[in-house]
Amino acid sequence: MKRSHWSIPYVVFLAIFVVLPLLLVMVYAFQDGEGHFTLANITRFFSDSDALGTFAVSLEVAIENTLICILIGYPAAWILANKDLNRSAVTIILFIMPMWINALMRTLATAEIFNMLGIPLGKGTLLFGMVYDYLPFMIYPIYNVLVKLDRSYLEAAQDLGATPWKVFWKVTVPLSMPGVTSGVLMVFMPTVSTFAISEFLTNNKIKLFGTIIQENINSSMWNYGAALAFIMLIIIGITTMFSDDNENAEEALI
Amino acid sequence: MKKILAQTYIWILLALLYAPLILIAIFSFTESRVLGSWTGFSTQLYANLFSGQMQESGSLLAAVKNTLLIAFVSATVSMILGTVAAVGLHNLQGRKKQALSFLNNIPMINPDVITGVSLFLLFVFLHISQGFLTVILAHISFGTPYVVLSVLPKLRQMNPNVYEAALDLGATPAQALWKVLVPQLRPGMVSGFILAFTMSLDDFAVTFFTRGTIGLETLSTYIYADARKGGLTPELRALMTLIFLIILILLIIINVRQAKMQKANE
Repeated sequence: MKRSHWSIPYVVFLAIFVVLPLLLVMVYAFQDGEGHFTLANITRFFSDSDALGTFAVSLEVAIENTLICILIGYPAAWILANKDLNRSAVTIILFIMPMWINALMRTLATAEIFNMLGIPLGKGTLLFGMVYDYLPFMIYPIYNVLVKLDRSYLEAAQDLGATPWKVFWKVTVPLSMPGVTSGVLMVFMPTVSTFAISEFLTNNKIKLFGTIIQENINSSMWNYGAALAFIMLIIIGITTMFSDDNENAEEALI
Repeated sequence: MKKILAQTYIWILLALLYAPLILIAIFSFTESRVLGSWTGFSTQLYANLFSGQMQESGSLLAAVKNTLLIAFVSATVSMILGTVAAVGLHNLQGRKKQALSFLNNIPMINPDVITGVSLFLLFVFLHISQGFLTVILAHISFGTPYVVLSVLPKLRQMNPNVYEAALDLGATPAQALWKVLVPQLRPGMVSGFILAFTMSLDDFAVTFFTRGTIGLETLSTYIYADARKGGLTPELRALMTLIFLIILILLIIINVRQAKMQKANE
């Protein structure tokens, strides 16, 4: 038996549990309750001001969250990967550890702190909590790329007369882009689609896109729920096309 | 000077990140229902947790057991399926290889809600009643890609002739698999297993959509339901503290071992 045939069980598994379900999302999105073809679910979204508003808010929160995570996370990853500035492995473990703790737990802990301090739950607490939840997912892939970076590139740039600032912007940053891409993938889409986290952090005042998908599916509005999921799939397709260097981005995670 | 600034930045970030967890840990040693009011030191919450006698419901321990069972079974299956798949993928060429790599990435890029909803529709479509089995299948589907990606680098490092040599020297394919292939791939398989296991532990959305209506609760769904009822069951604070400590100790052990192995290699 050829060893390439070893992939067959997984191909079958993927066909049933990944491809077929996504096709079903599409099928349900373009069907009415009786199973006839319709565009009504899609057009309903574009005339549903509630859903459109939620969609806009989700994108806004996700973009803000991603940017804040890059702004805070990149310097942290850079410091952690720099042997002159940080020699202790413990700090790295401490940054990775939150990734291993249940996200709902961490979110609840944050929400409880806001309650304790008497800070009203709303947009600010939502963003704070999101950054708190997703920052490790930005730091880790960037750190992973930076730590494997061949230092001779940096030394070569220095020898050729570049200032440290120039070395950073012209060498380090471009070479670390796969890590940033992978961090963006791990922060942006999950932010748009979370449902429980936004409920906890805003006391249900602000809904994100994931919440309305969940509400529709749970109240048996499968077709409309599937249509919303389909719209989200299209956005995922667009986001991943922008990050063309996908394979490197995925490998930065491991 | 630069070093002091850098260290300050790192430790301020860590302090912020850990503040909620530390607060939860502190208030796990008092009995009050709400966080922030200290009613005297007590280990009652821990006692309640282990005796199962809780003010609200005794299903928290059951939820923990379900979570661990689902994570263990799904990560084990993922490890086997993913390792075999990685060997296949490694030996594929050209377009087939690209296509399978692409398919393998889908579950990793898909947000939980999409994975959950799409699998929910699948089980509805196939008339499979949802429960333990469907949750485990769902967790296998998002855990396996991590195993594939962890094993692939080990295959690239491996000398492909070693396996053939074992066959030429008279090993049966099964023997060659167990005695040659698996030992070389083991580090990748283990890290894949750990990733799949933690993804499963951490999951909420996919479980939420695929657990059906038989009342199956994992830790995540329990917490979700609990928080929606208004306020956290106080015993959860004790549980969170314990999980936090276990993970911290495990991570330190893993990292110390890795550091030792690296030193031994040098």
